[in-house]
Amino acid sequence: MAEKMTGAEMVIQALADQGVEHIFGYPGGAALPIYDAMFQQDVVQHILVRHEQGATHMAEGYARSTGKPGVVLVTSGPGATNAVTGLTDALLDSIPLICITAQVPTTLIGSDAFQECDTVGITRSCTKHNYLVKSVNDLPRILHEAFLIATTGRPGPVVIDIPKDVQFAVGEYYRPEVESLRHQSYRPRVDGDLKAIEAAVDLMLKAERPVFYTGGGVINSGPEASESLRELAELTGFPVTSTLMGLGAFPASNPQWLGMLGMHGTYEANLAMHDCDVMINIGARFDDRITGRIDAFSPNSRKIHVDIDPSSINKVVQVHVPIVGDCNRVLEEMIRIWRSKTNQPRTEAIAPWWAEIAKWRAVGSLNFKNSDTVIKPQWAIQRLYEATKKQSKEVYITTEVGQHQMWAAQHFHFDKPNHWMTSGGLGTMGYGLPAAVGVQVAHPDALVIDIAGEASVQMTMQEMSTAVQYRLPIKIFILNNERMGMVRQWQDLLHGSRYAHSYSESLPDFVKLAEAYGGRGIRCENPAELDAAIAEMLDYDGPVLFDVIVEKDENCLPMIPSGKPHNEIILPDTANLGSIIDEKGRQLV
Amino acid sequence: MNAHLQPTGSAYFLTQETQQTERHTLSVLVDNEPGILARVVGLFSARGYNIESLTVSETEHGRRLSRITVVVVATPKVLVQIKLQLERLVPVHRVHDLTAEGNYVERELALIKVQGTGEHRAETLRLAEAFRAHIIDATVESFVFEVTGKPDKIDSFIALMSPLGLVEVVRTGLAAIGRGPVGM
Ligand SMILES: Cc1ncc(C[n+]2csc(CCOP(=O)(O)OP(=O)(O)O)c2C)c(N)n1
Ligand SMILES: [Mg+2]
Repeated sequence: MAEKMTGAEMVIQALADQGVEHIFGYPGGAALPIYDAMFQQDVVQHILVRHEQGATHMAEGYARSTGKPGVVLVTSGPGATNAVTGLTDALLDSIPLICITAQVPTTLIGSDAFQECDTVGITRSCTKHNYLVKSVNDLPRILHEAFLIATTGRPGPVVIDIPKDVQFAVGEYYRPEVESLRHQSYRPRVDGDLKAIEAAVDLMLKAERPVFYTGGGVINSGPEASESLRELAELTGFPVTSTLMGLGAFPASNPQWLGMLGMHGTYEANLAMHDCDVMINIGARFDDRITGRIDAFSPNSRKIHVDIDPSSINKVVQVHVPIVGDCNRVLEEMIRIWRSKTNQPRTEAIAPWWAEIAKWRAVGSLNFKNSDTVIKPQWAIQRLYEATKKQSKEVYITTEVGQHQMWAAQHFHFDKPNHWMTSGGLGTMGYGLPAAVGVQVAHPDALVIDIAGEASVQMTMQEMSTAVQYRLPIKIFILNNERMGMVRQWQDLLHGSRYAHSYSESLPDFVKLAEAYGGRGIRCENPAELDAAIAEMLDYDGPVLFDVIVEKDENCLPMIPSGKPHNEIILPDTANLGSIIDEKGRQLV
Repeated sequence: MNAHLQPTGSAYFLTQETQQTERHTLSVLVDNEPGILARVVGLFSARGYNIESLTVSETEHGRRLSRITVVVVATPKVLVQIKLQLERLVPVHRVHDLTAEGNYVERELALIKVQGTGEHRAETLRLAEAFRAHIIDATVESFVFEVTGKPDKIDSFIALMSPLGLVEVVRTGLAAIGRGPVGM
């Protein structure tokens, strides 16, 4: 049933029809009609942010932790340009976002009007798709189509740029049928080719040194995909590793779990990848932080690759069995076919492989030397993990970018999907705090912690104010090494320890800063007091900035350095980082 | 994978490209909507693919469909990526690699201005006839020829005109279509 309303009202109506409960935004001249329409309803709740980048990361955290799309509303010009980082982040990590940007009136477009920018031009390469709405009659279709495109196939961000006159114009609102609105040219493939799935299972049935290499695609495919992965792992008895983006899809507490792989992955995960005979990639994309040197990447394996995006297949690594489809659907088929052929895991056949893995595990690649006098960052995360395990609440972790992010991935363990939010593809410092806000909006009763670095957290610190305004009790766990630790580590590795601008000098007093925002500040530098301080943080019913003063020069290990294959990983007891990389590797970083 | 030989800022693209590049003609069926050309061209520049020529025009007015013919030079591996990346764009319906599929015809049109008098002018006209170039503008000291054909025919004609007083050339870029009764 068509109904007459203004473009601005259509925006709100479409959000409501799509089941959107929360949007993250910031007003401005060109967006005022939409804000006015929002003011007159209470279905969609608006969270006022402090910077549009914050809105996009909040929406990402919201989306990643719920499986629903995150929605952002910003004004024209600077509002739109401030959103670009988060859009790019969402594109690289395949997060479904709808970003509504206001635009100057159509008659002024192209005149360099006040707060005009070419939003669709700027965002074309950092969105899955974008629209400039020139007529109110197109608006209902575009709004609903945007949701379809953002959430189906390989998810991603979609921008809808709506000029102010289109927001004011009156038209007929309707909710299009999904089939009719589906862009004729947009038909993501979800069912994998059966022949290819059979070929994959045949390889798996003969494997002697198999490994599941799983990624963010399993999370995006929904909680059922994680269930299916667990079932298939149990049926086969194969070891499982995952990328940074896929953590939680397979339980870290399961004995078949090898830990994360890649540049800072475990020895056992990386060596299993290197030495396997059958690699089963489910929803990962052979990112360069994973593969290391391509020509030395897993040289003797037959590779199976399941991905919903056909362009991911053979983009980086040539595979033997490509399967284009949704992870869960393909996993279910694999389970069905495996069951039809055998009712036994390959326990015996792969026992020597597990024996080899056990030797790699025994190396203890995540070990570190603890200290009685300074807090080691890895230890701080372990203590945090232990403390949160005792909580009855659901625990969600976000991170910033740097060493602390990698340590969190290594030492905080996830047993469920959608509980780990991090900026993987783009590596965006400043992601974690707003992402935590978004997660907390979606899960008001959960414990949401941003494991942060003192440098990253300052990039979007102002969202503390948002957390205070909406009584969102996020915990910001800052591993304060007074360094851009990851940069410092690379300078040690590659640049003769010349620490060009990698100190965090004149840091704010985070305790006072927290108080200034109206939150709680806690500082801890004594290992003996850490547990009590963590308990204090967890007990406080409000946002906390927790400044953990940690060892300044700790290196994040293990690490596969530049220009080296997986089996040349640097382990924790390596003394001198500076001598490890040769001249050729240095140039390639 | 598109820019093997340039450092990508990553530690890891160490492999030297061993594949030879090839020239392929792709035919791309797209919705004729605002910004579509920018999307396609932006994809090529963002991913470092080389465009040799590109033509675009609406071909089915009723269904608002356009056909883009694009000639690219890339290694076989990158050619596959170009096709898949184009297909990722929401308004792209289909991409055909006509060169890979083998059975197609292609034509280009060029407008060529040549100036000259006396013996040069006579020679110009003789060659134009041999190439079935039409005269579409003439003055006492110049001609504009229209010549249609495969790009190498046009190349040869231009090469011949060059010593005879070639002034300037305008080319449409390639249009290509599959042979036989079925469409794409
Ligand atoms: C927006 C942005 N700018 C720069 C970088 C490059 N970078 C990666 S890690 C890092 C240092 C992070 O320092 P901190 O947040 O203190 O974390 P630490 O490594 O010390 O744990 C920098 C500058 C980035 N990832 N993102
Ligand atoms: Mg730091």
